[in-house]
Amino acid sequence: MTHHDIVIIGGGPAGLSAAAAARKAGIQDILILERDGVLGGILNQCIHNGFGLHTFKEELTGPEYASRYIAMVEEEKIPYKLNTIVVDINRGREVTYINKEEGLVTIQAGAVILAMGCRERPRGALNTPGYRPAGIYSAGTAQRLMNIEGYCVGKEVVILGSGDIGLIMARRMTLEGAKVKVVAELMPYSGGLKRNIVQCLDDYGIPLKLSHTIINIEGKERLTGITLAEVDANRNPIPGTEEHYSCDTLLLSVGLIPENELSKGAGVSMNRVTSGPNVDDCLETEAEGIYACGNVLHVHDLVDFVSQEAALAGENAATYVKEGKKKENAHKVPLLAENGVRYTVPQVLNVDTMKDSVTVRFRVADVYKDRYIAIYYDDKLISRKKKKVLAPGEMEQVVLKKSSFEGYPEIKQIKICTEVE
Amino acid sequence: METRNLICIGCPLGCPVTVTIDGDDINVTGNTCPRGADYAKKEVLSPTRIVTSSIRVNNGVIARVSVKTKSDIPKSKIFDVMKEIQAVRADAPVALGQVLIKDCAGTGVEIIATKSVNRL
Amino acid sequence: MSGLQYDVTIIGGGVTGAAVARELSRYQLKVCLVERAEDVCSGTSKANSAIVHAGYDAAIGSLKAKMNVEGNRLMGKLSEDLDFAFRRNGSLVLCFSEEDRPALQALYERGVANQVPDLKIISGDEVRAMEPNITDEAVAALYAPTGGIVCPFGLTIALAENACDNGVEFRFLTEVTDIARIEGGYKLAVKGKEDITTRFVVNAAGVYADVFHNMVSEEKIQIIPRKGDYCLLDQEAGKHVDKTIFQLPGKYGKGILVAPTIHGNLLIGPTATDIEDKEGTYTTAKELTEAMQKSAISVKNIPYRQVITSFSGLRAHETHDEFIIGEAAEGFFDAAGIESPGLSSAPAIGVYLAELIAKKSGAQKKEDFIATRKGIPHAAAMSREERAALIKERPDYGTIVCRCENVSEGEIVDSIRRTLGARSLDGIKRRVRQGMGRCQAGFCTPRTMEILSRETGIPMEEICKNQPGSEMITKEA
Repeated sequence: MTHHDIVIIGGGPAGLSAAAAARKAGIQDILILERDGVLGGILNQCIHNGFGLHTFKEELTGPEYASRYIAMVEEEKIPYKLNTIVVDINRGREVTYINKEEGLVTIQAGAVILAMGCRERPRGALNTPGYRPAGIYSAGTAQRLMNIEGYCVGKEVVILGSGDIGLIMARRMTLEGAKVKVVAELMPYSGGLKRNIVQCLDDYGIPLKLSHTIINIEGKERLTGITLAEVDANRNPIPGTEEHYSCDTLLLSVGLIPENELSKGAGVSMNRVTSGPNVDDCLETEAEGIYACGNVLHVHDLVDFVSQEAALAGENAATYVKEGKKKENAHKVPLLAENGVRYTVPQVLNVDTMKDSVTVRFRVADVYKDRYIAIYYDDKLISRKKKKVLAPGEMEQVVLKKSSFEGYPEIKQIKICTEVE
Repeated sequence: METRNLICIGCPLGCPVTVTIDGDDINVTGNTCPRGADYAKKEVLSPTRIVTSSIRVNNGVIARVSVKTKSDIPKSKIFDVMKEIQAVRADAPVALGQVLIKDCAGTGVEIIATKSVNRL
Repeated sequence: MSGLQYDVTIIGGGVTGAAVARELSRYQLKVCLVERAEDVCSGTSKANSAIVHAGYDAAIGSLKAKMNVEGNRLMGKLSEDLDFAFRRNGSLVLCFSEEDRPALQALYERGVANQVPDLKIISGDEVRAMEPNITDEAVAALYAPTGGIVCPFGLTIALAENACDNGVEFRFLTEVTDIARIEGGYKLAVKGKEDITTRFVVNAAGVYADVFHNMVSEEKIQIIPRKGDYCLLDQEAGKHVDKTIFQLPGKYGKGILVAPTIHGNLLIGPTATDIEDKEGTYTTAKELTEAMQKSAISVKNIPYRQVITSFSGLRAHETHDEFIIGEAAEGFFDAAGIESPGLSSAPAIGVYLAELIAKKSGAQKKEDFIATRKGIPHAAAMSREERAALIKERPDYGTIVCRCENVSEGEIVDSIRRTLGARSLDGIKRRVRQGMGRCQAGFCTPRTMEILSRETGIPMEEICKNQPGSEMITKEA
């Protein structure tokens, strides 16, 4: 069986950044396995701008952002295989992939970095009633058909869900001559970034209806229309608020789900809230030598943070390959997400071995105004920072310094929560 | 005197800002940082946007090459720019950053490729 | 044959029509099957519980009982001959109260009278030992080891392909609008196409079977579409139960089943609502909720958040609650009112009607009948060595297009190129499960459209989800 020091599953923004960082950390033998015919992942179809403000201090389009990382990988001559799909990973880090040229191959990895990204939630997951005609697309599928293949998916459009891809597609389809009639969002707040609401909807006079959902889908062959209704606080449609829209296209932007079928196969423990693996401050899963980063770990809003996170996974995987197993009986402290904080990544901190600072990313459960983000070490309040606005659609982060744990040698847990006063 | 309510898109905070325009005198309230004032002023005086789209490629390994306006263009020109972008065809190979339209819709702004497309 | 085009014309390419076609293809007869849609298995046969019932439900002595038990018996051998997915997972009918026990006993006795093998009444504890996720409310159950699950697409398509290989002509997008008696047979008027003349007609038109029956018979029948909504759950939930879990009709009303599918998903449904619209394959919030709520009576902790799709099917319910099979008018044979257990019964109905027609026509059996058919290989289910060998021979089996269901380009290509190959995205999906998985074709739609276009020459803008009118894209952007 062929051996590689680090095998990276996925050649999108996470995989590329992890590869570049691992090489920088001195690992020569790296292999990226990518299922598509090109590197770059979903960025290839995200032709809009707004990427890279944090990483490159300039505003790039998705393909431009991807090209910078692809260039790093090419310059470093990091090997990759395209059109290659991984079908199995086991706890012993044997990775089985399949492609046209080699057929079915199993390789042994010193470390594995999971960077498979996420998929869109389909209509079926919503149980939206009605017919099942053509013309219903997840926003990303429509985006691919338009931006890569060059096809127009429809002329009169309704969008369900105000996730960023839906908002971006509202503008994109408008620019291409389609009429986007309405964007409906089940929640009382948008799931997308504010700048996208302004630049993609407001600029073009596209209405955003919050607390609305689709209660019926019409059309036997191709979609002919939908019925929208307002929902109450329990998200149940309110009778009498129904509105009919004729349309030939319905785009869904109703959430992203980390693609963790391979991770589950490897037996790593999964987090119910993120739908990604549980990881420690090294981004190592509970399976030794298997790391996770990017949207497969938790869904991000900004690719810049994916790249950062993935670089960290790459560095840590490199350290693992060079130095081997972490010491037994390490002082592991769980991070608890409470009172308005839905989850944290990482979920566990190795206090002894942590780097000088560790970034903890999280999302809140609802839109909050003038709340504090508080950090407790056991019962002791460590920090409390006021935030004007917190929203589920915008990922938050706090930084924990290694020095802050001096004086807490027996710490049992770290709690991150919101507080009103 | 004219009053306009905007949402600042300078950062994820999305502050609601109010701009009052009285002749040359522009007053911004509601912003929480100086960037908010700058954004609001520009937005009422001469709003601009980067336009991104794609252009059909002849003989390319993919059907379309993604493009953008090299710098921001007046918001009022967006659809004129789109019209020109839609009318153009590029021949593969196309290089990242290659100029595909020199002066798009009289804006003086170039349309450049944001990815490279190899020839079939 | 007196200038008529065909000896037999079958109206309807559902599982019943396909089974009749396959059995008729054993004989020296010129047979045609006409189907309104672009493919077989496009109506009731594609949207049902995918169950092979044991046969205890139907009234003693009824055609339903006879065909069900015989169809069940035939299914095992048929699945081997025609290479479609079928498993005898066994079924349980749960009884939730002591007062309903007599009804359970009656069901058992009916099953015995219907000659269902190996039936057994077991206690609530025995049920839970067998199926740990059954609720504590179950006090007893009827256990039928011969109950099974089948791929309804696989079954229908296998029958149709084998019929086609044996000379049956299939005409798609062919909607019969009228039937007139002519000398020696019938003339079928077809919408937008030329008439078809035939000596015999088999009416296997599902929810429309009453329309055709009533064109030729004075004894009118009425088929009421009985709509059933279903929820399908991710394969992660597929092992939640192993057997098909029914509910004894009782104080909770008519039951909802919970069953694994042959491909490892979990299926919940169906509701039962009589509607007027024979095209009314829409789901409603009320019925989907009902299906989920009632399923929780039988099975605990169903992970409803893993629903990946919901759908609705129409059972062709005949008002007398019985199959109508046989000669309705001279040379006109009905297979009408084929609601549940229609899928289970199809193989038996096929044999029964084919024998009737053969006898009446005096047709002899062919000597060159091809009794078996090989399905499309599913590479992901193969052993490592087999799969490697296949990819070596056919490299396109090494390119995975549908990552959720692990479907390769080779499988998709084969689903298009073979006998009665797919001409629509749904046709591909029903043959090789592309797009059936948890992302519901989000990732693989563009690639599959390209392959279909490349293989058939159908331009991209004419690629359909199913029937004409269901085009996927409007034009080039």
